[in-house]
Amino acid sequence: MATSFSATLPLHGSQENRLLLPPIRLAPPPSSFLGFTRSLTIPSSRRLYHAHAARRSPVVGVQEVVKEKKVTNSLLITKEEGLVLYEDMILGRSFEDMCAQMYYRGKMFGFVHLYNGQEAVSTGFIKLLTQSDSVVSTYRDHVHALSKGVSARAVMSELFGKVTGCCRGQGGSMHMFSKEHNMLGGFAFIGEGIPVATGAAFTSKYKREVLKQDCEDVTVAFFGDGTCNNGQFYECLNMAALYKLPIIFVVENNLWAIGMSHLRSTSDPEIWKKGPAFGMPGVHVDGMDVLKVREVAKEAVTRARRGEGPTLVECETYRFRGHSLADPDELRDAAEKAKYAARDPITALKKYLVENKLASEGELKTIEKKIDELVEEAVEFADASPQPGRSQLLENVFADPKGFGIGPDGRYRCEDPKFTQGTAQV
Amino acid sequence: MIRLLDLRSEKSGYCFPVSEKMWGILGRRAVDGGFSASSFRRMRSGLVSARSYAAGSKEMTVRDALNSAIDEEMSADPKVFVMGEEVGQYQGAYKITKGLLEKYGPERVYDTPITEAGFTGIGVGAAYAGLKPVVEFMTFNFSMQAIDHIINSAAKSNYMSAGQINVPIVFRGPNGAAAGVGAQHSQCYAAWYASVPGLKVLAPYSAEDARGLLKAAIRDPDPVVFLENELLYGESFPISEEALDSSFCLPIGKAKIEREGKDVTITTFSKMVGFALKAAEKLAEEGISAEVINLRSIRPLDRATINASVRKTSRLVTVEEGFPQHGVCAEICASVVEESFSYLDAPVERIAGADVPMPYAANLERLALPQVEDIVRAAKRACFRSK
Repeated sequence: MATSFSATLPLHGSQENRLLLPPIRLAPPPSSFLGFTRSLTIPSSRRLYHAHAARRSPVVGVQEVVKEKKVTNSLLITKEEGLVLYEDMILGRSFEDMCAQMYYRGKMFGFVHLYNGQEAVSTGFIKLLTQSDSVVSTYRDHVHALSKGVSARAVMSELFGKVTGCCRGQGGSMHMFSKEHNMLGGFAFIGEGIPVATGAAFTSKYKREVLKQDCEDVTVAFFGDGTCNNGQFYECLNMAALYKLPIIFVVENNLWAIGMSHLRSTSDPEIWKKGPAFGMPGVHVDGMDVLKVREVAKEAVTRARRGEGPTLVECETYRFRGHSLADPDELRDAAEKAKYAARDPITALKKYLVENKLASEGELKTIEKKIDELVEEAVEFADASPQPGRSQLLENVFADPKGFGIGPDGRYRCEDPKFTQGTAQV
Repeated sequence: MIRLLDLRSEKSGYCFPVSEKMWGILGRRAVDGGFSASSFRRMRSGLVSARSYAAGSKEMTVRDALNSAIDEEMSADPKVFVMGEEVGQYQGAYKITKGLLEKYGPERVYDTPITEAGFTGIGVGAAYAGLKPVVEFMTFNFSMQAIDHIINSAAKSNYMSAGQINVPIVFRGPNGAAAGVGAQHSQCYAAWYASVPGLKVLAPYSAEDARGLLKAAIRDPDPVVFLENELLYGESFPISEEALDSSFCLPIGKAKIEREGKDVTITTFSKMVGFALKAAEKLAEEGISAEVINLRSIRPLDRATINASVRKTSRLVTVEEGFPQHGVCAEICASVVEESFSYLDAPVERIAGADVPMPYAANLERLALPQVEDIVRAAKRACFRSK
């Protein structure tokens, strides 16, 4: 069965499909990628961009592959896998909804960016990884941390700024780090995580080749459509392909960067095409369908583990809420939001599981209830946890605290017991 | 060619502990500082022959000191690797990484494309995952393209992750003015990096400093910004047996008193230490005994040594090459005023580079940088003010 990966470059469709489809079309093609352009109230400046985009050949993604599989009547997942995926997505959704509630109640503060609607991407990729694989994300990182295994309690406490948080309250919403689960952050600057992820993948390769250790770890870097116009993204595509690093670049294309539409800011909005330009496969996938994402992820991760190099995966997805909880979200129109709400990944998976008799409604309800309790318990735990002590202010600035230098008495500052209590002069 | 010869004749008091015989004309030009890429390639052979002469007097150039430090650390720890532009096949833009590619192979010495943000980020990511990168910037001016990674992903990570992820990375390269390289290649970044918590910033002067501090930096579990100076690379310094040992490390955060004195304290770092020592000799001829402190470590700043010295001499002249506003000298001045105010007999004298982007013309460049006469004049002002 041909997949988008089996051909060598350029990899954006199998040979047969390319012959069937004409290169230029005047009307928007039925591909779901450009589906949102059919909304009724497009401002005139956008119509030009839409027309321009419509002239491109339609994207051939993994939909065809998945349709093929369905036709031959073999299921994509087993019951256990299905339940794991469902539980993870429900956890992501409930957690984020609870975050919104807590924010408006004043328990959470600062910048909070919620992931509602994009759960299929996180679950689809991260549930295929092992503990030693790394994940690097952006500020929209709560659900990536949860999928990777960081407990809901630890994430919620971190958001409340309590000492029991995964970073002891020092990181916050945008900086979720967990060494144990190899969640390498949480970066506020877009594009900042991509080189760091490339470095983690570089380490896998270095461990294999120089340190002669058995290392099959891959790294998955998540970032958005806005990041794909940033220089660091291209620098890393180049170097990852050049050094054949075990990394998967996952673009969560939710079409909006705060209030900037992807089409308004990008000369060529089809991001998956940028992969072949650098010598790696570029794949487009429907990011609202966790099973399709999982199929693509399987191939990409296997490629990386085999040492065949990086892959660029563009997931077409959507965020149901605004950019952050402070975003009034006025620029996106209601018809577009409704269209994507109808494609909610959780509803889609539920439908799949029930229709294919993999799980009953009752079982799924049990999972939902369990997760609700888990999230509520996480809130209670976070509420009850203490705030960081005063001495924590000066801790962990350096791994080697002699970095604070020598105090007026000639000894290293960190040797003064009053230093971390915050009573010594810094 | 002619411009460089003029520079040499007009510079005052610029003598080196190196005999002219040892270096041909090519070597002298290298020591004076500033050469174009083409003349640099021609000089490669000259430098190799000059280096092999070092027998008997136990002297070492800063370039060799840095090279030997990286070499020894790479052989001691397989997790140490070097990356940067031209560090491999070109043997290093300033030949600091000469011979490392042949010795350790391309898996440990990476010639990167011209992508500062990209390769610095890759270095930081590799440090997150447990390796020990030594990232070279061709000059620290280029680090501005990667400054987000140095500060946001390297310096702040140990704190943001509450100690889970430390970043044992070294960012090194030439900093400050060279000769005639213009405004975009001449800025000193000591003040910028030294203001960031989570970073350690080192600035060596002599070959011993270079060796000891670079080895300490590579072994350090925190991100270190290592500010070298292009004009010092070719300068030779006497080096002790102890410094040649492969486990020689200097402590980070301790300044060195290069010359003891009792009348005025002169604090400085990097190339200006040489100027300050020249100035101290001139002052000694006039009966003023100057104490010269080589800071070595800009962050953490050795306030204890500086203040102890000021309490001894009661006068302070602080020298740096960078821009004056919000500079290292400003910080030292503030520290001394806060801690040793009642010991001061004169206002603190601050000598920094001129508050202009570096001009190109040779005479203007000389005016834009502190010279030995400026230090002498400031020290005299500090000493006679109370009369």
